[in-house]
Amino acid sequence: MGFPDRIERVVELAHPPTTVWAALTTADGLASWFGHQVAIDLRPGGSAQMTWTGGHTASMRIERVEEPAVFGFTWPIYGLPGDDPRRTYVEFTLEPTGGGTRLTVTETGFAQLPDDAYRTAYDGNTRGWASELGELADYLGAA
Amino acid sequence: MPPDSEAIAEQVFAALADPTRRAILAALASGGPATATDLAGRLPITRQAIAKHLALLAEAGLVTAEPGERRRVRYRLRSAPMQVAQQFLAALARDWDNPLDALKDHLGR
Repeated sequence: MGFPDRIERVVELAHPPTTVWAALTTADGLASWFGHQVAIDLRPGGSAQMTWTGGHTASMRIERVEEPAVFGFTWPIYGLPGDDPRRTYVEFTLEPTGGGTRLTVTETGFAQLPDDAYRTAYDGNTRGWASELGELADYLGAA
Repeated sequence: MPPDSEAIAEQVFAALADPTRRAILAALASGGPATATDLAGRLPITRQAIAKHLALLAEAGLVTAEPGERRRVRYRLRSAPMQVAQQFLAALARDWDNPLDALKDHLGR
Protein backbone atom coordinates (compact mmCIF):
# COMPACT_ATOMS: atom_id res chain seq x y z
CA MET A 1 0.00 0.00 0.00
CA GLY A 2 1.59 3.23 -1.11
CA PHE A 3 -0.42 5.76 0.85
CA PRO A 4 1.69 6.66 3.90
CA ASP A 5 -0.92 6.26 6.65
CA ARG A 6 1.51 5.52 9.46
CA ILE A 7 4.84 6.99 10.52
CA GLU A 8 7.00 5.18 13.04
CA ARG A 9 10.37 5.99 14.56
CA VAL A 10 12.31 4.20 17.28
CA VAL A 11 15.12 5.86 19.19
CA GLU A 12 17.32 4.45 21.91
CA LEU A 13 17.91 6.90 24.72
CA ALA A 14 20.47 6.66 27.51
CA HIS A 15 18.07 7.92 30.17
CA PRO A 16 15.46 6.01 32.18
CA PRO A 17 11.75 6.25 31.26
CA THR A 18 10.97 8.68 34.10
CA THR A 19 13.42 11.24 32.67
CA VAL A 20 12.15 10.76 29.13
CA TRP A 21 8.56 10.93 30.39
CA ALA A 22 9.19 14.40 31.82
CA ALA A 23 10.64 15.56 28.51
CA LEU A 24 7.52 14.35 26.68
CA THR A 25 4.75 15.42 29.02
CA THR A 26 5.70 18.63 30.81
CA ALA A 27 5.60 22.14 29.40
CA ASP A 28 9.27 22.74 30.24
CA GLY A 29 10.28 19.37 28.85
CA LEU A 30 8.42 19.80 25.56
CA ALA A 31 9.61 23.38 25.17
CA SER A 32 13.21 22.22 25.41
CA TRP A 33 13.07 20.05 22.26
CA PHE A 34 9.73 20.21 20.47
CA GLY A 35 7.73 23.43 20.61
CA HIS A 36 8.98 26.81 21.69
CA GLN A 37 6.05 27.70 23.92
CA VAL A 38 4.03 24.91 25.43
CA ALA A 39 1.01 24.71 27.72
CA ILE A 40 -0.25 21.29 28.74
CA ASP A 41 -3.07 19.92 30.89
CA LEU A 42 -1.78 16.37 31.33
CA ARG A 43 -4.83 14.12 31.61
CA PRO A 44 -6.91 12.14 29.15
CA GLY A 45 -9.24 14.67 27.56
CA GLY A 46 -6.93 17.53 28.52
CA SER A 47 -5.49 19.86 25.93
CA ALA A 48 -2.06 21.11 25.05
CA GLN A 49 -0.99 24.03 22.94
CA MET A 50 2.35 24.32 21.23
CA THR A 51 3.71 27.36 19.47
CA TRP A 52 6.78 27.52 17.28
CA THR A 53 8.91 30.58 16.59
CA GLY A 54 7.65 30.76 13.00
CA GLY A 55 4.16 31.41 14.40
CA HIS A 56 2.81 27.92 13.71
CA THR A 57 0.65 26.56 16.52
CA ALA A 58 -0.83 23.15 17.21
CA SER A 59 -3.64 22.25 19.58
CA MET A 60 -3.44 18.74 20.90
CA ARG A 61 -6.08 16.71 22.66
CA ILE A 62 -4.53 14.29 25.10
CA GLU A 63 -5.83 10.74 24.85
CA ARG A 64 -3.57 8.42 26.86
CA VAL A 65 -1.51 9.16 29.96
CA GLU A 66 0.05 6.00 31.42
CA GLU A 67 3.13 7.20 33.27
CA PRO A 68 5.86 6.41 32.40
CA ALA A 69 4.98 4.11 29.50
CA VAL A 70 2.39 5.56 27.09
CA PHE A 71 1.54 9.13 26.11
CA GLY A 72 -0.91 9.68 23.26
CA PHE A 73 -2.61 12.68 21.71
CA THR A 74 -4.37 13.78 18.54
CA TRP A 75 -3.58 16.92 16.63
CA PRO A 76 -4.55 18.51 13.31
CA ILE A 77 -2.87 17.23 10.17
CA TYR A 78 -0.02 19.59 9.43
CA GLY A 79 -0.52 21.47 6.19
CA LEU A 80 -4.30 21.18 6.10
CA PRO A 81 -6.51 24.22 6.70
CA GLY A 82 -7.06 25.02 10.38
CA ASP A 83 -10.77 24.20 10.25
CA ASP A 84 -10.23 20.76 8.72
CA PRO A 85 -11.66 18.19 11.16
CA ARG A 86 -9.16 15.46 10.30
CA ARG A 87 -6.54 14.72 12.97
CA THR A 88 -3.74 12.23 13.33
CA TYR A 89 -3.01 10.22 16.48
CA VAL A 90 0.48 10.39 17.94
CA GLU A 91 1.61 7.85 20.50
CA PHE A 92 4.87 7.69 22.40
CA THR A 93 5.71 4.40 24.06
CA LEU A 94 8.61 4.11 26.49
CA GLU A 95 10.23 0.76 27.25
CA PRO A 96 13.02 0.43 29.81
CA THR A 97 16.24 -1.00 28.37
CA GLY A 98 18.95 -1.54 30.97
CA GLY A 99 19.47 1.99 32.27
CA GLY A 100 17.92 3.61 29.20
CA THR A 101 14.71 3.83 27.23
CA ARG A 102 13.55 2.61 23.86
CA LEU A 103 11.23 5.38 22.69
CA THR A 104 8.81 4.62 19.86
CA VAL A 105 6.73 7.34 18.26
CA THR A 106 3.93 6.45 15.88
CA GLU A 107 1.67 8.87 14.06
CA THR A 108 -1.32 7.35 12.29
CA GLY A 109 -4.34 8.54 10.35
CA PHE A 110 -2.91 10.35 7.34
CA ALA A 111 -4.96 8.16 5.00
CA GLN A 112 -8.21 8.59 6.89
CA LEU A 113 -11.22 9.89 5.05
CA PRO A 114 -14.05 10.30 7.57
CA ASP A 115 -17.43 9.34 6.20
CA ASP A 116 -18.94 12.76 6.72
CA ALA A 117 -16.03 14.61 5.12
CA TYR A 118 -16.06 12.08 2.30
CA ARG A 119 -19.74 12.61 1.65
CA THR A 120 -19.55 16.35 2.01
CA ALA A 121 -16.66 16.55 -0.37
CA TYR A 122 -17.82 14.02 -2.91
CA ASP A 123 -21.41 15.06 -3.10
CA GLY A 124 -19.77 17.79 -4.99
CA ASN A 125 -21.41 20.75 -6.51
CA THR A 126 -23.81 21.78 -3.81
CA ARG A 127 -20.99 22.43 -1.34
CA GLY A 128 -17.84 24.47 -1.33
CA TRP A 129 -17.23 28.11 -2.01
CA ALA A 130 -19.98 28.55 -4.53
CA SER A 131 -22.65 27.49 -2.05
CA GLU A 132 -21.06 29.43 0.77
CA LEU A 133 -20.97 32.53 -1.38
CA GLY A 134 -24.60 31.81 -2.20
CA GLU A 135 -25.40 31.61 1.50
CA LEU A 136 -23.57 34.89 2.05
CA ALA A 137 -25.60 36.47 -0.74
CA ASP A 138 -28.83 35.13 0.81
CA TYR A 139 -27.79 36.44 4.19
CA LEU A 140 -26.95 39.89 2.82
CA GLY A 141 -30.13 39.88 0.78
CA ALA A 142 -32.24 39.12 3.83
CA ALA A 143 -30.58 41.80 5.94
CA MET B 1 -8.75 3.65 4.96
CA PRO B 2 -10.95 3.60 1.87
CA PRO B 3 -9.36 1.36 -0.75
CA ASP B 4 -9.29 4.15 -3.32
CA SER B 5 -7.36 6.85 -1.41
CA GLU B 6 -4.15 5.99 -3.14
CA ALA B 7 -5.85 5.85 -6.54
CA ILE B 8 -7.37 9.29 -5.91
CA ALA B 9 -4.01 10.76 -4.87
CA GLU B 10 -2.40 9.20 -7.92
CA GLN B 11 -4.90 10.88 -10.23
CA VAL B 12 -4.11 14.24 -8.65
CA PHE B 13 -0.35 13.82 -8.87
CA ALA B 14 -0.54 12.53 -12.44
CA ALA B 15 -2.63 15.54 -13.44
CA LEU B 16 -0.25 17.96 -11.73
CA ALA B 17 2.77 16.37 -13.42
CA ASP B 18 1.49 17.57 -16.81
CA PRO B 19 2.18 21.29 -17.35
CA THR B 20 -0.97 21.92 -19.39
CA ARG B 21 -3.28 20.18 -16.94
CA ARG B 22 -1.49 21.91 -14.07
CA ALA B 23 -2.14 25.28 -15.72
CA ILE B 24 -5.82 24.44 -16.25
CA LEU B 25 -6.27 23.30 -12.63
CA ALA B 26 -4.43 26.39 -11.37
CA ALA B 27 -6.68 28.63 -13.49
CA LEU B 28 -9.82 26.93 -12.14
CA ALA B 29 -8.47 27.23 -8.59
CA SER B 30 -7.70 30.92 -8.88
CA GLY B 31 -10.60 32.02 -11.05
CA GLY B 32 -13.40 29.59 -10.28
CA PRO B 33 -15.57 27.58 -12.71
CA ALA B 34 -14.88 28.28 -16.37
CA THR B 35 -15.63 26.99 -19.88
CA ALA B 36 -12.95 25.78 -22.30
CA THR B 37 -13.43 29.06 -24.19
CA ASP B 38 -12.89 31.11 -21.01
CA LEU B 39 -9.70 29.21 -20.28
CA ALA B 40 -8.45 29.54 -23.85
CA GLY B 41 -8.66 33.31 -23.40
CA ARG B 42 -6.49 33.16 -20.30
CA LEU B 43 -3.96 30.46 -21.13
CA PRO B 44 -1.50 30.13 -24.02
CA ILE B 45 -3.17 26.87 -25.04
CA THR B 46 -5.63 26.19 -27.84
CA ARG B 47 -9.30 25.74 -27.01
CA GLN B 48 -9.22 22.25 -28.52
CA ALA B 49 -6.32 21.18 -26.32
CA ILE B 50 -8.01 22.66 -23.26
CA ALA B 51 -11.25 20.85 -24.07
CA LYS B 52 -9.39 17.56 -24.45
CA HIS B 53 -7.59 17.99 -21.11
CA LEU B 54 -10.80 19.05 -19.35
CA ALA B 55 -12.49 15.87 -20.58
CA LEU B 56 -9.61 13.81 -19.16
CA LEU B 57 -9.72 15.71 -15.88
CA ALA B 58 -13.48 15.16 -15.63
CA GLU B 59 -13.01 11.45 -16.30
CA ALA B 60 -10.43 11.33 -13.50
CA GLY B 61 -12.90 13.06 -11.16
CA LEU B 62 -10.75 16.16 -10.63
CA VAL B 63 -13.24 18.54 -12.25
CA THR B 64 -16.98 18.29 -12.81
CA ALA B 65 -18.86 19.42 -15.88
CA GLU B 66 -21.96 21.54 -15.38
CA PRO B 67 -24.24 23.54 -17.66
CA GLY B 68 -22.92 27.04 -18.28
CA GLU B 69 -24.25 30.03 -20.18
CA ARG B 70 -25.14 29.76 -23.87
CA ARG B 71 -25.25 25.96 -23.64
CA ARG B 72 -21.54 25.76 -23.01
CA VAL B 73 -20.13 23.25 -20.57
CA ARG B 74 -18.52 24.85 -17.59
CA TYR B 75 -15.92 23.04 -15.48
CA ARG B 76 -15.50 23.24 -11.74
CA LEU B 77 -12.55 22.05 -9.67
CA ARG B 78 -13.40 19.30 -7.16
CA SER B 79 -11.72 19.89 -3.83
CA ALA B 80 -12.16 16.37 -2.41
CA PRO B 81 -9.42 14.61 -4.41
CA MET B 82 -7.09 17.55 -3.75
CA GLN B 83 -7.64 17.06 -0.02
CA VAL B 84 -6.71 13.40 -0.32
CA ALA B 85 -3.49 14.37 -2.10
CA GLN B 86 -2.85 16.96 0.62
CA GLN B 87 -2.97 14.23 3.25
CA PHE B 88 -0.47 12.18 1.28
CA LEU B 89 1.85 15.20 1.22
CA ALA B 90 1.19 15.88 4.91
CA ALA B 91 2.64 12.48 5.78
CA LEU B 92 5.73 13.26 3.69
CA ALA B 93 6.01 16.72 5.22
CA ARG B 94 5.73 15.52 8.82
CA ASP B 95 9.17 15.80 10.32
CA TRP B 96 9.85 13.56 13.31
CA ASP B 97 13.55 13.07 12.65
CA ASN B 98 14.66 16.57 13.59
CA PRO B 99 12.54 16.79 16.77
CA LEU B 100 13.76 13.36 17.92
CA ASP B 101 17.35 14.44 17.31
CA ALA B 102 16.58 17.54 19.38
CA LEU B 103 15.17 15.31 22.14
CA LYS B 104 18.38 13.26 22.16
CA ASP B 105 20.45 16.44 22.36
CA HIS B 106 18.26 17.80 25.14
CA LEU B 107 18.57 14.62 27.23
CA GLY B 108 22.26 14.34 26.49
CA ARG B 109 23.02 17.65 28.11
